[in-house]
Order: sequence, then structure tokens, then C-alpha cells
Amino acid sequence: MSLLEVKDLSIHFGGVKAVQNVSFNIDSGIVYSVIGPNGAGKTTLFNLITGVYKPTTGEIRLDGEAIHGKSPNELARRGVARTFQNLQICMNMSAIENVMVGAHLRLDRNLVKAALRFPSLKQRDRTLRDEAAQLMDFVGLAQYVETRADAMSYGALKRLEIARALAMKPRLIFLDEPAAGLNPKETIEVDHLVRKIADSGITVVLVEHDMKMVMNLSDRILVLDYGKKLAEGSGEEIRKNPDVIAAYLGAHA
Amino acid sequence: MKKNVYNGLYLVIAILLVLPFVLPNSFYLDLAVRMAINAVIVLGLNLLIGFAGQISLGHAGFLGIGAYASAVLPTHFGWHPLLAMGAGAVATGILAALVARPIFKLKGNYLAMATLGLGIIISIALRNEAQWTGGPDGMPVPAMGLFGFELTSDKQWYWVVALLLSVSVWASLNLIDSPFGRALRALHGSEVASQVVGVDVVRYKVAIFVLSAVFASLMGSVTAHYVGFVSPNFADFFHSIELVTMVVIGGMASVYGSLVGAVLLTALPQALATFEGWETVVFGAILMGCMIFLPKGLVPTLAAKFGKGE
Repeated sequence: MSLLEVKDLSIHFGGVKAVQNVSFNIDSGIVYSVIGPNGAGKTTLFNLITGVYKPTTGEIRLDGEAIHGKSPNELARRGVARTFQNLQICMNMSAIENVMVGAHLRLDRNLVKAALRFPSLKQRDRTLRDEAAQLMDFVGLAQYVETRADAMSYGALKRLEIARALAMKPRLIFLDEPAAGLNPKETIEVDHLVRKIADSGITVVLVEHDMKMVMNLSDRILVLDYGKKLAEGSGEEIRKNPDVIAAYLGAHA
Repeated sequence: MKKNVYNGLYLVIAILLVLPFVLPNSFYLDLAVRMAINAVIVLGLNLLIGFAGQISLGHAGFLGIGAYASAVLPTHFGWHPLLAMGAGAVATGILAALVARPIFKLKGNYLAMATLGLGIIISIALRNEAQWTGGPDGMPVPAMGLFGFELTSDKQWYWVVALLLSVSVWASLNLIDSPFGRALRALHGSEVASQVVGVDVVRYKVAIFVLSAVFASLMGSVTAHYVGFVSPNFADFFHSIELVTMVVIGGMASVYGSLVGAVLLTALPQALATFEGWETVVFGAILMGCMIFLPKGLVPTLAAKFGKGE
């Protein structure tokens, strides 16, 4: 059984059919990429699977359990993490606190204990801070540990989002254009980082426009166009697929 | 949020310990008690407004519930003042929790409108139920006592509120730098980001709303016993605005800013009394000046300027 099964998934915004009858399966432990021209419905697909939007029809199963219609925090409980194409960083907090928030569900969140400064909580927070610092080191942000989030560069914030998602200790991580807006050097770093994440046993679902990166990393690729599934297969298959070439180049092959 | 945030707490305690011995007369002691009471309310409100990023324009309503619980229950039903105070806090907590769920489905202006309406309804109820509350004239409040000992003098009250204030500052500092507090600040920073890491945002908003409402209710009871009298003005819309102003002037999301805001805005009307009739104008001008030149509030702006940071 696949880790994630998506069947006949659709969402309509008024008359706009942003995603239409898309089906695919993602096996555990792979890097699965979703590509397609702008407006193809990639981010909408992410928002559907991570609970930000509720599908109009269709079903999504994680380990066989139906998860469509569940809220994002319920999905987080089931080990689904994600990053955002347009940064969603808490600018009112320090960089490391952003990462620490990622561990929210693994902590004792009791209000009274917190207000009374229970030693067990403080102790846990100290170890968490170390964990978070290690994660920042893992994504290449070791020098930003004590920095305020609003003082960091765009490229660093992109990786901070990844560190926050990893702090959840997820089974499945959705990365929405992690290399968008980065320079070539930063893109290569993110490329390596995604590889490291996949190697650590986390299933990665990637939306990315950088084709070199996608071809490099992906075990399987899903191509969307106008909200519909155009093709699915290995990098090699996708590269040769005439429909995909037509969609990307606009040729009538 | 690291180094020495608790140093400010020691400073606050030191000031509170020394203050009664340096204040020249009972007028200033009275003012100090009022400042401390307001400071506790504003601390609670700042957790909601500054840290969690939600607004309440009806907090004086909760204060009114506490104050009137302390007035009505002992007077008409012979309840012990402490019991009445607790009952007021519980009633406030329940009311806040009941209205919070639908209210926090709203955002921005709508949230402000809903809380504003709630405060006004409470205020009207207190004004109209004259057989219990004395209506617009208000009613006297019996003295607070425990084990035959009665709290009457300003000095005794001073020590009580000084203790309450110190504990509130300590608890607020603890709360902010905890998993609960980080979740609150995160939902302020990015609601969707906090959701996808597992924060149940509505639950957290409700929790902090209830907490700050209970703070207000308890301090409403304290005010009622201290002043010895309650009137519907306690629960007035203008009082709600005053409390929000204290949060904003002192500094959003700043514990010590809450204290500074409460102290300044409690003192300012007294200091401006010399302007006779023009005090509201001067008051307004000062507020405008603060918002133009110190938009983040006094404490965060000054902290940033002197590179200390809270």
C-alpha cells in the first residue's frame, strides 16, 4: 500500500476548476515531484492534501486512512509537514523560535504549568532549543540561531521554513518551490538539502520549477496542466512524453 | 527572548517595595494602587492583543462583571467576598468561553465589532438591572475580609496589589517563553504556518481570550473592594478603549510595556488636571504624538533605540 493515495481529487472555486479528477499514489521513502506551468494547480493540490482547502470531490488517504476534509492541525498530528511558496515565517519571533514552534505537538502545551514555570517544561525547552539549533545547522543556518526572523535574507528564510517543518519529525513533507527566487548557488544548496532530507527517511513531495533540480532529485514526477493530470512517471519517461513537451513549449506535437 | 528578561521583574519588585516609603502622601499611594490594578489588567489584555494578535474592545465589560459580582453577591446574598470574587471570575470565564468560539471565527474589524458589542451589552445590563445593581447610581461594596481581618487602609491594599502585580508579571514572562506562548505568538505571526505545525488556532485564541477576561474580572473585583463602590462606568465602552490605549502606548507584545502604559495613562489625567477643561485635548495630542513618533509603543521603541531588546 502506498503512503499517500489520491483518488479523483477535484476542487472548484466558483466556475474555476483548479484541480480536476487528479489521481496518483506516493510510495513511502521516495522523492515525488509535481510540475506544470504556472497556474496548473500545483499549490492548490498541496493545499488540498495538507488540509488548507477542502476538496469538492475525491478522496485522499494516508496509510489507508481517509484524511480529506481534515484540518491542517489534524494532519500535522499524522506527520504531514509542509513549507510555503510565499513565505509563512513568524516575523515576530526569533529564527530559532520559529523552528521550536515546529515541535509544537511534541511538547507539553499546558497553560497553567507554563505560567508557573514548571521545571519539567523549562528542561524540555532547553533540550528543544538544542534540537532546533541542530536542525538549523542541518539546513545550513547555523550562524542565524540567535537572529530575529525579520533580519534574515529571503534565501535563509526559505530554509528556515524547512527547518521548522523538520522539527515536526514528519513522515511526509511537502516542499512548495523551495528554490524559487534563489540564486544558482543557493539552489544547489537546497538541492543537496532535499536529498539529505529524503535520505533521512522522510518522504518528500516537491513542487519546483527548476527542472534540473526536479530531474536530479525525483524518483517519480507528476505533471499537471490546467488542473488536470497530464502525465506521471520517472524523470526519463516525463522528459520524452510528447504531451509534456507540448504543454511546456506550447507546440502542437 | 533570551537573556535577562527577568531582570525587569526584579526592578519592578524593587520599585514596588520602596514606593510606599517614598510617596509623600496618601494621594500618591492611592494613585499607585490604581496604577498597579490597571497594570495587571493591561498585562492580561496585552497577552491577547500584543502577543496573540487579537483585539478586544469589550474588556471593561468583563471587569464590570467581576466588580458587580463583588458588590451584588455579598450585599444581597451574604456571600463571602472571596467567594463572590471567585464566582465573578468563573462566570466571566464561562461567558468569555461561550462567546469566544463564534467570535474568533471573525477577523480584524469584525472581531473588534463583536467584542465591542459584547462589552456594551454587559454595560447596559448592569445599568438596567437597577433592583440588583443600583442602576446608573451604582452601589456600595462591602469591605474585603479574611479570617476576621479586614482590608481597609490604602497601605494594606497597596501590598495586596503589589503582590498581585509581581506574580502577574512573573507568570506572563513565563507564559510567553513556553510552548503555549510560542504557539500564541506564532498564530499572530502566521496563522496558516501555525496551523500546519499543529496549532489548533481557535482553541488557543479562545484560551487566551478567557484568560485575559478572567484577569480583568478579578481585578474588577479588587477595584470594587478597594474603592468601596461600583458604578456602570466600570464596564463602560470608554474604559475598554482606555485599556486598549494603555496596551498600545506601552507597547504591543511587551510585558514591561504593559506596565509603562498603565502607569502613564493612569497618571496622565491627574498630571493634566492643571489644564482645566483642556485636559482631554492635551491628552489626545499626547496620544497622537506617541502614535506618530513611537508607533510600536514606548518600551519596544526605546528598547530598540538603546539596543537592549526585551
